[in-house]
Amino acid sequence: MIALIDCNSFYCSCERVFRPDLATKPVIVLSNNDGCAVSRSDEAKAVGVKMGAPYFKIKDFCEQNAVHVFSSNYTLYGDMSRRVMETLAEEVARLEIYSIDEAFAEIPDMSEAELRDFALRLRDKIFRHTGIPVSIGIAPTKVLAKVANHIAKANKEFTECVYSLVNEREITAELERFPVREVWGIGRKLAKKLGAHRIDTAKELRESNDKMIQQLLSITGLYIAKELRGESCITLEILREARKQVVSTRSFGKPVYEIEELRESVATHVTSAALKLRQQGLLTRYLRVMIQTSRFDENYHYDSLPMSIPAATASTNKLIATTMPLVDRLYRRGVRYKKAGVVLSDLVPHSRVQMDLFNGSDSARDEHLMRTLDEVNRRFGRGSLAFAACGIDKFWEMASNMKSPAHTTRWSELLRVG
Amino acid sequence: MDKGSRPIPLFLSPVSCGFPSPAQDYIESTLDLNELLISKPAATFFVRARGDSMIEAGIFDGDLLIIDRSITARHGHVVLAAVYGEFTLKRYVVQRSGAVELIPENPKYKPIPIGPATEFQIWGVATHCVHRL
Repeated sequence: MIALIDCNSFYCSCERVFRPDLATKPVIVLSNNDGCAVSRSDEAKAVGVKMGAPYFKIKDFCEQNAVHVFSSNYTLYGDMSRRVMETLAEEVARLEIYSIDEAFAEIPDMSEAELRDFALRLRDKIFRHTGIPVSIGIAPTKVLAKVANHIAKANKEFTECVYSLVNEREITAELERFPVREVWGIGRKLAKKLGAHRIDTAKELRESNDKMIQQLLSITGLYIAKELRGESCITLEILREARKQVVSTRSFGKPVYEIEELRESVATHVTSAALKLRQQGLLTRYLRVMIQTSRFDENYHYDSLPMSIPAATASTNKLIATTMPLVDRLYRRGVRYKKAGVVLSDLVPHSRVQMDLFNGSDSARDEHLMRTLDEVNRRFGRGSLAFAACGIDKFWEMASNMKSPAHTTRWSELLRVG
Repeated sequence: MDKGSRPIPLFLSPVSCGFPSPAQDYIESTLDLNELLISKPAATFFVRARGDSMIEAGIFDGDLLIIDRSITARHGHVVLAAVYGEFTLKRYVVQRSGAVELIPENPKYKPIPIGPATEFQIWGVATHCVHRL
């Protein structure tokens, strides 16, 4: 059996661990630079805060409804995630961490009552040890476990955040009322395609013909259908393959008019995207720089330029050097820029490229430089060592002034209790 | 350099002549405070004590406390609790009657009775206090 363990409103829950006064209050966490709501407690959902709502639009609403707003504190969430996963790993044989707040675990076959018991104990232990509430869905495959988790979350009073979907009759009944758009890996776009072929529920997808599914949704879609039938075939490898790009983009704290600031922000995005590449052992062969005004600006303007990179790289300095001319070409005087970003795609594993003599990638010297850079930043904190192109003052960056302290990672910011 | 000669590292072991240190074969890894003080790293948090309500338990303002969430609080433990949403560090005491109280270790302060209606949660059990001398 497969269990999907998913933290409830993860970022909000992390904040609440250190704010017991907010245990039953509406709480939201905003994206980087306080852009929009990315995590909402149940209470915040209940008063009507929508996922992804831009903060400037809901600011007054939050004040009127006593919604507690936090800037994102990724240091804290990363540390709490590690604690959840470590606790989980003590209880299950095989654990596959899928994201900061989700993991799949393989658990032995047992009766439905025993499964429920096991899951409830697991849920309690994670909460006791870390303070983070989780939902657990159990089923024969990953895609079905995701469905089970969905049900567990949607009916908390009834399920106590734990739901198993194991017998065939029950699976069929649930899939019949489960919209195909909610199926893991389908999403709005593919659901539309399927809708055109009168496939609207998970059950209809499950019962469709393989050939048609593959034509419509590619091989990954076929895997999804097979998993709905109870046939295990999705590995994390497949999911990672499907996610072959690294994106770094962010709104500015205030409108940016100057090319220097634009260049600095793009260099900063390149820096963080390149770090992500190196952490995953990947190199990029294609990048795109994007700049835009606010979507709400009356003179809305978006522009982007791509560039292919002949020799796959993960070296920050090379990537910065590649993007700067693109920024210069994109820039238009007088435009109120609100956002910039980079996308690195056409990613290849570092190990695969090394063997390729002719595609020659980063030299030993480049790699050594990057290792040193990453080590210094790991030891002395993010951004301790950076390329001058990223700028020093960064006044285009917004101060996240609703950010909670680094309770678990900084001596100077520990909780004080009397 | 002669053909085939190899550079020899000079200070590999601080032995200029005579026998090597007799202790060399007996070196163990150094003592690690984490190992002594923390049994469940994933469930262990550090907090700092504030005020003087626990001075008779040897906990002073500014001391570092090690809190283990995995331990179930029992009578006599020093616990970090949240009462009506506010953190407090007190001695967890269960009376004969079964009534629970959070007791400060300083006569200046009053015990906090925990009734069935009290909004109360034990956050973790304090296992050690690190005090700077």
